[in-house]
Amino acid sequence: MPSIQVENLYKVFGRRADEAVRGLLSGDDGTETAVPGTTAAVVDVSFDVRSGEIFVVMGLSGSGKSTLLRMLNGILPATHGRVQLDDVELTAMSARQIRDMRKRHMSMVFQHFALFPHRSVLQNAAYGLQIQGLGKHERLERARQALSLVGLDGWEDRLPEQLSGGMQQRVGLARALAADTDVLLMDEAFSALDPLIRREMQDQLLSLQRQLGKTIVFITHDLNEAMRLGDRIAVMRSGRIVQIGTAEAILTEPADDYVSEFVRDVDRARVLTARSVMDKPLHTVPSSASPDEALRTMDEQQLSTVVVVDETGAPVGAVQESDAREAVRHRRSTVDAAQRPVSRVRGDTAVSELFTAASGPLPLAVVDEHGTLIGVVHQAALLAALGEVERAPDRTEGEDR
Amino acid sequence: MRATAVADWEVPRIPLGERFADLVQWLQDNFGDFFTAISEGLDSAVTSLAELLTWPPTWVMILVFALLALWLRGWKFGIAALLGFALLDGLDSYDSAMQTLSLVLLAGIVAVAIAVPLGILGARSDTASRMIKPVMDFLQTVPQFIYLIPAVIFFGIGVGPGIVATVMFALAPGVRLTELGIRQVDREMVEAGEAFGSSPTRILTGIQIPLAMPSIMAGVNQIIMLSLSMVVIAGMVGTPGLGADVFEATTRLQLGAGFEYGVSVVILAIYLDRITASMSAKSAVSRARRLAGAA
Repeated sequence: MPSIQVENLYKVFGRRADEAVRGLLSGDDGTETAVPGTTAAVVDVSFDVRSGEIFVVMGLSGSGKSTLLRMLNGILPATHGRVQLDDVELTAMSARQIRDMRKRHMSMVFQHFALFPHRSVLQNAAYGLQIQGLGKHERLERARQALSLVGLDGWEDRLPEQLSGGMQQRVGLARALAADTDVLLMDEAFSALDPLIRREMQDQLLSLQRQLGKTIVFITHDLNEAMRLGDRIAVMRSGRIVQIGTAEAILTEPADDYVSEFVRDVDRARVLTARSVMDKPLHTVPSSASPDEALRTMDEQQLSTVVVVDETGAPVGAVQESDAREAVRHRRSTVDAAQRPVSRVRGDTAVSELFTAASGPLPLAVVDEHGTLIGVVHQAALLAALGEVERAPDRTEGEDR
Repeated sequence: MRATAVADWEVPRIPLGERFADLVQWLQDNFGDFFTAISEGLDSAVTSLAELLTWPPTWVMILVFALLALWLRGWKFGIAALLGFALLDGLDSYDSAMQTLSLVLLAGIVAVAIAVPLGILGARSDTASRMIKPVMDFLQTVPQFIYLIPAVIFFGIGVGPGIVATVMFALAPGVRLTELGIRQVDREMVEAGEAFGSSPTRILTGIQIPLAMPSIMAGVNQIIMLSLSMVVIAGMVGTPGLGADVFEATTRLQLGAGFEYGVSVVILAIYLDRITASMSAKSAVSRARRLAGAA
C-alpha cells in the first residue's frame, strides 16, 4: 500500500504555465519549454513512496527537487498531475482541506531550520500542536517529549539562536515529530550542517526511524547522504526523474551516463554490500569428500581454493590447493582434515566492513540468514568493486535475482 | 514651409491644474459638511489632548517625560530629557510644545492606523503593491506646502488642515517600511507556518508581523518625525503650536524669538525620535531574548 502516490506531476513557473505544460505533454523536451517566459521546474514526475520507508530525492541544485517536495504538501500548487496521500487526492483539495491535511498527516523539516526566533525552543517544538489546537499544557508536554527524543533535554527555555546548528536542526526535527504526523518531508535537512554533525544527525534519523517508522521523503544533493539514508532513491535531473532504485541498484546499474557520472565519486565501500560483489559459489565440495575430489574440482575449475560445505549447505571451511596435496600425501580420507576456517559474513554487510574480515588468502563466505552459503568474496573482487563502475554490471549479471 | 510648421509645433497647454481645482471644488460642494465634521472632530481631539498634557503642574509633566526617557533608554537620556524639557519651559514655549506634541501624536496615530494595514496589503498582494507604490511616491515627493492648499479648502484653517496634511505627508515611509519588513521575513519561516497547517491570518499575526516589527517600528519612527516637520509647517495655515510661533517669528523677522522656537522644535524632535526608536528595540525577538536571559 503506497503512502504517497505521484502521477505525471508538472510544475511550470510563469504566466503561461498551462500552455507550456500542454507543450511538454505533447512532446517538447527539457526545461526549455517552447513558451517564452516560463520555466519548467518539475517535468512528468511519477513515483510511489511506500508507507514506512525513507524515500530520498537526490539531485543537484536547480534540478527541481525542492519544488517537487513543496508540491507534496501543497505549499506550491502543481501545474498538472496528481499527488495522492493514501486514497485522498491532494491536488484536488481546497486551501482549507490542504491545511487540515498538513495538520494531521504531514510535517516538514527545513534546510535552514526555519525556527521562529521569537519563540523558545519548547514553544518552537510545540508549534505544530498549537496549530492543531491542542491545549497549552498538553502541547508543551508533548513538545518536551519530542525534544527529549532528539536529545535536547534541558534546552527547552533557550532561544534557537543560542543553539548550535546541529541542535537547531534537532529542534526542527522535534517540531516535526511532535506534530505526530505519519509523513515527514525533509528539505535538505542536514545540508547546512558541517560534515561531522551531519553524520551524527543521519545516524540519529536512522535510529529514530527504527523506533517510529514514519514515511519520510528526504531531499538532498549529497549522494553519500542519499545512499546512507534512502531505502530507495530517485535521481532527478532538470526536473525529471532519471532513475529510481535502491542505493546499490543505482551504483551498480546506473540508468544513464548522467547517473554513472554522478555516482563516480561515491564512497562505494559503504554502499555496496557483500551480496553485490560476491561470486556465486558454483563449485563447492562436501565435507565428506576426499582430498582427491577437492583437488580435481580445483583443477577443473582452475581454482586455488574451494569452499567446503556441510550437508545443510553451510560453509565449514576452505581448502587450498597446497593443503589438499599435503592431505593426499598423508592419505587423509576426507577433506576436512585439510580445511582452514573461513570468515562468514551476511549478504547485507557493507564492503567497507569486509576488508577487516578478509585477511589472508582465503575467500570470505557469504551466508544468508539460515547460514547457507550463497557466495564467496575473493580479495580481488573486493578491490575491483571499489574500482570503476563500468565493470559492475558484468559481475552482477551472474547473480540470479 | 512644412519644416517650419513642424519646428513651431509645441505641446498645447494641458489644464491639469484647472482640472484639479475643479475636482477639489466639486468635492467641497458635495462633501463640505463631511469635511467640516472631520475638522471639528480633529480640533476637539487635539484641544483635549493638549489640555490633558498641560493640566498637571509643568514640573510634574517634565518629570513624567524624564522618567519615560529613563525607563526606555537609561539614565543618560533621562537626564537629557529632564534638561531639555526644563529648557522648553525656560523659553516659555512649553504650552506651544504640548500643542505640537498633541498634533504629532494624533496625526501619528492616524497615519500609523492607515499606513500599517496598507503596508500589509502591499506585502500580501503584488497587485496592491503596484498600485500603492506610485501613490506613495507622489505623496512623499510633492512639496510639503502643496498639501496645505487643498487641506485649507476642505478643512478651513486651524487644527483640521494641519492634521490632514500631516497624515498625507507622513504616510509613505510607514507603508513602505511595513511592506518591506513583512516581505523580508524569511520565506522558509512562512513556509514553516504553512507546512504545519497555519492559516494565512495566523501566519501574518504569529510570524510575519512579530518578525517584521523592527522594520514596522522604524516606519512608525519616520511617521512621527515627518509629522513633526509637517505640523510645524502647518503653522502657516493657523495650526496652533510651535509652528504658529515659528511662522509668526518668520513673518516679523524676529531673529531671537525665531531662534528660541527653532531650538524648542529641535528638543521635541530629538525626544520623539529617541523614544520611538527605542520602542523598536522592544520587538518580539528582543523580548524573547530578555525572557531567555540572553544578551
